[in-house]
Amino acid sequence: MTLNLTVSPDFAPDHISGWFIFNTWLQRQLGTGVHLELYDCFDTQRKDIKSGKFDLVYANPFDASMLVRELGFKALVRPISKPDETIIATHKDAAIQSVEDLKPGATLVTTDDPDVNRIGMIMLEPADLDASNTETLAVDSYVIVAKNVLNQDADVGFFLKDAYDELSDLIKNQMKILVSSEISVVHHTLLLSPKLQKYASTIQQRLIKMMDDEKGRSVLESMNLLGWEAMTEEETEFMIDLIDTLIDE
Amino acid sequence: MPEHDVKDVRDVRDTVINYHDGTSRKAIVLDREVPYPEGKLIVSRTDTQGVITHANQAFVEMSGYTEDELIGANHYILRHPDMPSVAFAGLWETIEAGNKWHGYVKNLRKDGAYYWVKATVIPNIRNGVVVGYTSVRRKPSRSKVSESEALYKTLS
Ligand SMILES: Cc1cc2nc3c(=O)[nH]c(=O)nc-3n(C[C@H](O)[C@H](O)[C@H](O)COP(=O)(O)O)c2cc1C
Repeated sequence: MTLNLTVSPDFAPDHISGWFIFNTWLQRQLGTGVHLELYDCFDTQRKDIKSGKFDLVYANPFDASMLVRELGFKALVRPISKPDETIIATHKDAAIQSVEDLKPGATLVTTDDPDVNRIGMIMLEPADLDASNTETLAVDSYVIVAKNVLNQDADVGFFLKDAYDELSDLIKNQMKILVSSEISVVHHTLLLSPKLQKYASTIQQRLIKMMDDEKGRSVLESMNLLGWEAMTEEETEFMIDLIDTLIDE
Repeated sequence: MPEHDVKDVRDVRDTVINYHDGTSRKAIVLDREVPYPEGKLIVSRTDTQGVITHANQAFVEMSGYTEDELIGANHYILRHPDMPSVAFAGLWETIEAGNKWHGYVKNLRKDGAYYWVKATVIPNIRNGVVVGYTSVRRKPSRSKVSESEALYKTLS
């Protein structure tokens, strides 16, 4: 048997090799083949997940909703102390001092990361801004978001906080943060497909113990994670309900 | 004394709030707004009767109650007398039908001050059964607050 693993495309590019090291670690732990496939586009990945291509998915919170409620996946673990938070930043010399200073017609630069984009739009609501009265430039990475902010090609940029924190000081020093989310209960999860549920507790146990030995810790470090903690079904449902309230329809 | 303090004292109202279940309480109501905390979501959950089962840290801080005071209390503990009861009738009708409700709400803090939120309430459905409700609040725009204030005056 080979387990097919994929990872949400929103982590910093520096950690790609970390996920391949994790793949090898998992293979040894489970005594079975694990095949990792990475994507640079959320939509393409979502299509492949929906077609049943993957058994194990490290998903961003918005995709986790779809995986659990539509496809019957179960969350096994979440990364310790790693909530998904969003930052809205502008050029340090920009006249605006707060989100409320933005006006209709404001230009945004974003990636195609669904959770950051949703939370970013929610944080623009106090200025009466939404998709209908803003212009969005979608780019491939947070580094490119930062470049556009520095060149003042857009009024503000949306960042995953983790990605923002990893930008160089040279870049960060030329930006100012208008708002930074503090939601703390929305995070990535590692989910297992319904057809492999009999392996759920084995995989979950190995992952939880991963931080207990040196080898495991060094793999975690290469992925920029501290460790994994178990997620119960109710915790997963709670998070998905919360995300549901953030989607306006 | 700063001007807003003078205003607070002048606008103290000792108000009796009547709830739909026939109970009532006496509350202090001040004309003092506490700003919505930047970047935060205020989260609570209730059972199917509207009794609070969970409140996050932002909820505790903004409401002015301790977590112990909140858990087990009816959610109407936050009801502000300026809120028309039709707004909540609409909320309950919507969520009991299994749907999502959005609205602007003025909430009463324990200390008598108030805060405005944009609230969303959804039913928690487990194995096809509604087991409770989740409410998540975000920062509202001032224009929506003014519109809601004007609207609610005509309704109460
Ligand atoms: C999940 C949930 C959250 C609620 N949050 C609030 C709230 O923040 N403020 C409030 O006044 N009422 C809230 N309500 C509505 C109250 O249950 C109640 O209907 C309202 O305060 C009016 O009181 P009354 O029905 O006794 O007139 C909430 C209800 C639910 C189900």
